[in-house]
Formats: sequence, structure tokens, C-alpha cells
Amino acid sequence: MDLKDLYQEIILDHGKNPRNLGKFDNYNKDAKGNNPLCGDNVHVYLRLNENKKVEDIAFEGHGCAISMASASIMTDMVRGKEEKEVKEIVNDFLGMIKEKDSLENNILKDDEKTKLMSLSGVKQYPMRVKCATLSWHTLTSALDNSDQIVKTEE
Amino acid sequence: MNIDDIKREFPIFDDKIQNNDLVYLDSANSSQKPRVVVDRIYDFYTKEFSNVGRSVHYLAVAATNLYEQTRVSVQKYINAKDKDEIVFTKGATEAINLVANTFGQKYLSEGDEVLLTELEHHSNYVPWHFLRKAKNIKIEFAEINDDGEVTLEAIEKKITNKTKIISVSHLSNVTGAILPIKEIVQLAHSKNIPVLIDGCQGAPHLKLDMQDIDCDFYAISGHKMYGPTGIGVLYAKKKWLEDLPPYQGGGGMINEVKKEGITYGELPNKYEAGTMATAQVIAFNESIKFMEKIGIQNIEKHEKELLDYGLEKLRKNNSVNIIGNPKEKGGVISFTIEGVHPHDIATILDEDGVAIRAGHHCCQILHDKLNLPATARASFGVYNMKDDIDKLDEAINKCKKIFNL
Repeated sequence: MDLKDLYQEIILDHGKNPRNLGKFDNYNKDAKGNNPLCGDNVHVYLRLNENKKVEDIAFEGHGCAISMASASIMTDMVRGKEEKEVKEIVNDFLGMIKEKDSLENNILKDDEKTKLMSLSGVKQYPMRVKCATLSWHTLTSALDNSDQIVKTEE
Repeated sequence: MNIDDIKREFPIFDDKIQNNDLVYLDSANSSQKPRVVVDRIYDFYTKEFSNVGRSVHYLAVAATNLYEQTRVSVQKYINAKDKDEIVFTKGATEAINLVANTFGQKYLSEGDEVLLTELEHHSNYVPWHFLRKAKNIKIEFAEINDDGEVTLEAIEKKITNKTKIISVSHLSNVTGAILPIKEIVQLAHSKNIPVLIDGCQGAPHLKLDMQDIDCDFYAISGHKMYGPTGIGVLYAKKKWLEDLPPYQGGGGMINEVKKEGITYGELPNKYEAGTMATAQVIAFNESIKFMEKIGIQNIEKHEKELLDYGLEKLRKNNSVNIIGNPKEKGGVISFTIEGVHPHDIATILDEDGVAIRAGHHCCQILHDKLNLPATARASFGVYNMKDDIDKLDEAINKCKKIFNL
């Protein structure tokens, strides 16, 4: 285990200055997620246009560097993507965080994948995986119009 | 007392944990176990095991005697008047649930008030919330002050003629505040209100005298007192145990069972349904003996020294904010670091073998009041030394370095 794998510069940066933080007015989908064990929470807002494209996305919430960075990078990454693509990216990311060594989707560019892979350090810290995945599960819930609050403890 | 010698009695410190010497600062969560406790469980299962209170064969009688010996040890340790005032439970949580459930059944109805404090652990709130749902009772919270304490005046302010029971912590697991429980009991009794003390953090660290405190109920957690998990104690005045209905039904708690009706067993069997955590109860006797051997006054003194040293050290560390400043405080330091989330602190500290807790410590009401989603917490046990606090301080500095503070 190496802390440098977990707290990479890019994560510290996104954790400290999260992008897309704050609600915007004309969202048409949203969902909440929380982690009952530690009290972290996130609220994802997005606007899906008539072509099922994510026109805008943002989040509110508080949490550790990992969870804030993960939500920040996620929102950056899925803006402008079609719903189907977003779901593929989410699945790919969750697969990578849990077991796979790399990302397999053909939607993200190589530099985007590198950015996303910066979160792979959490694999060595099983208690922290939920920090990285909370916003992603919440994004899925928003897309599926689920009014169930996402909980990381399942 | 020699802490090196005491520490050597805890096998967990024999080996490295993840290549580090263990700096265990999570005793408010659960304490480590001395060898005598661990050995007692092994010995009981390998040489003496039988169920208690039922059969008449040799092992059953011997096991029953051992089980009852723990009851007497606990009675003496907390200076209860009668051994029948000691009820074994699976933990302090069950002890509080037992009181909330049985007292609630008999004495609470719509509009009645239960008075808690903003410091309470979820286990001293959720059981009362069940009654709020089931019986429409009201729950009031005595407020904390800016130092993270609950004063007698804060309790008095919330007592009304609807207050039917007061249930408060002895020692806060977040701010470390020691509540004036004796005065609270006196005040409550002057208004005929019974008092339950959640003693999870009190029992491992403070001298207990039930007859002096005069509370009606006191809940104890075994695993925070160097004992096994799965064992707790409810102390309750005999008049309450005789008066309140049973909590769980099953074997062992009955007197006579007929198709037409059932009569319940004598105390304390009335509240100990089913096969109890026999090995844990028997091993818990060793925890009590272990604490008695050191002496609770010595434990208190040692932990106070650690606390003073820790507070001084962390106060000097820039960007560390200590939560609460109670005048009477137990060995708990909750803190935040400006710019680093408590979970990140906990992960980084763990890398150097420093085990702390991060989160809301099962006290969301308190954290909401403090406007903090989470805090980091270092808490002490008898095996901690000043060196542990130095290592904590160093690890905090490493944390700051990683986060460029």
C-alpha cells in the first residue's frame, strides 16, 4: 500500500477545488446518495436534452478528498455524452474500481482514461472504495429517475 | 503502575500490524483484550463448557456458578445493593433497548416526554424514537454549550410536567464531557423522574458507585472494559426490575408455562431469556479483575495525564481544531484539520499504524449541532502512553504534508 497511489496530485487538486460543484437551475434529473457509516453525502443534478445527451451536470455535497475528487472528475467526464455512453462509462469505472486493471470503454479519450485511473488507488483501501463509488451510483440513480436515496452500505 | 507491564498483558501489541507497531487510539470504540480474558474464553470452551441454569450435571452446575460469580463481581465493582440488580445483556445497546421497551410499555403514552441530550450516541436515541413512532411520545434534547458540555441547568430547562424519564450519557464519546450525573439524578428524583445513565464511556474510565449515584438504570458495555464483545450489563434498581414487564420471552425467564397462561421467573432470570453469552460473561469476570488489580483510580489518573499531554500537544499543532472544551473531560480527543477530511486523516494515520476513528461516531445529532459532517477521534485506554500521542502528532503532520498544508 502506498499513500501516493491514493492521494495523487490530481485527486488532491479535484478534492480541494471540485469542478461542477453547486446546483444549477434547469436540471431535469437528480438523485441523492449518502454513506450512512461516515455521513458523506452527494446530490447529483443533470440536464438531459431531447437527444438524451447530458447537456449539463453538477453536484452538491461534502465528503473526503476521494469522494469529492471522484464526483468532480465524474461530472467533468460525462458532460456532453449520451445517456447510453454515460451508463457504459459508469459500469466500466465501477468494474475498474472493484476488479479490473484498466478501463475498457471506447468512449473516453486516452487522457481522460488516465485521469479516471487516478482513482484506482482506492482498490488497495477496501474501506475507501465506497467513497469513490458513491457519486457514480448516484448518477445512475438520477438517470434511472429512482427516488430511492443511494446508500453505499448494501 | 508500570504501563509497559500492563501493555505486555495485551497480546495484540506483541506483533506488528501491517509492519507497524500498533498505536491504538480507538478504545472509545472498543478496547483491546488482555490475555487473561482471551485465555478464559479458550479455557471455558475447552475444559468447562456447558449451558447454565438448566441441567444438574457437574459441568452445568460449575458453569452456572462461574456465570453467577461474574454477576457478583459486577455488583461489587459498581457497588450495587443487590446482585439481582445486575442483568446481563448482549451490550449496552440492548440494555438501553430493554429499558426503553419495558418502561415505555408500562409508563409512556401519547404526549409524554423523554429527555435526552444532544450528546447522545444513537443507541440512546433510536430506542426512544421507536416509542415516538409507536406511542406518539415526544423526545426532548437538553442542549450542549459552546464547550461541548451538558450542564445541570441545561437539563433543568427541558424538564416539564410531562417528562417521564431522563436518559443521558455519563461521558460523551465525542467531546469527552463528563456529565454531572449525580446532580442530574438528584434533580430528577426531586420531581419523581427516573434516570437512565448510558455508561458506555463511563464504566471503563470512571469509578462507579450505584448507591452513591442513585440512578435508576445504568447501561454498561463489556467490550469497552477490556472484555469480550457480546456482553453488556444493565444495572437497574430492584424495584424497577420487579415492576417492569419482561423484555424478551423464551427459556430461562419463566416460572410456569401452561396453555392458559405463563408466570415469569424471579430476578434476574426474568430478563435473561434464552441461552446467554455464557463464555463472554465468564470471561468478563477477568476484565473486572484486571481493572480492579490496576485500580480504577490509577486508570483515571493515567488517562487524565494522557489527555492533558494530548491536548497540549495537539493545541500546539497548527490547523488542528479540538472539538469541545469541557471542564470535566475523559480520555477522548475529537478533532478536525482545516482542509483535510477526517476520513482522509484516518487513512493516512493508519499507514503509520495509528488507529483512530473518523466519522460521526454514532452521534449525528451532535455533529449537526456542531455543523460538522464528521470528526476524527483519538481515544485512550490503559495501555496507551505519551509515545502514542507523539506518534499521533507526527502522523498528523504527515497528513498536512500530503495535503500541502
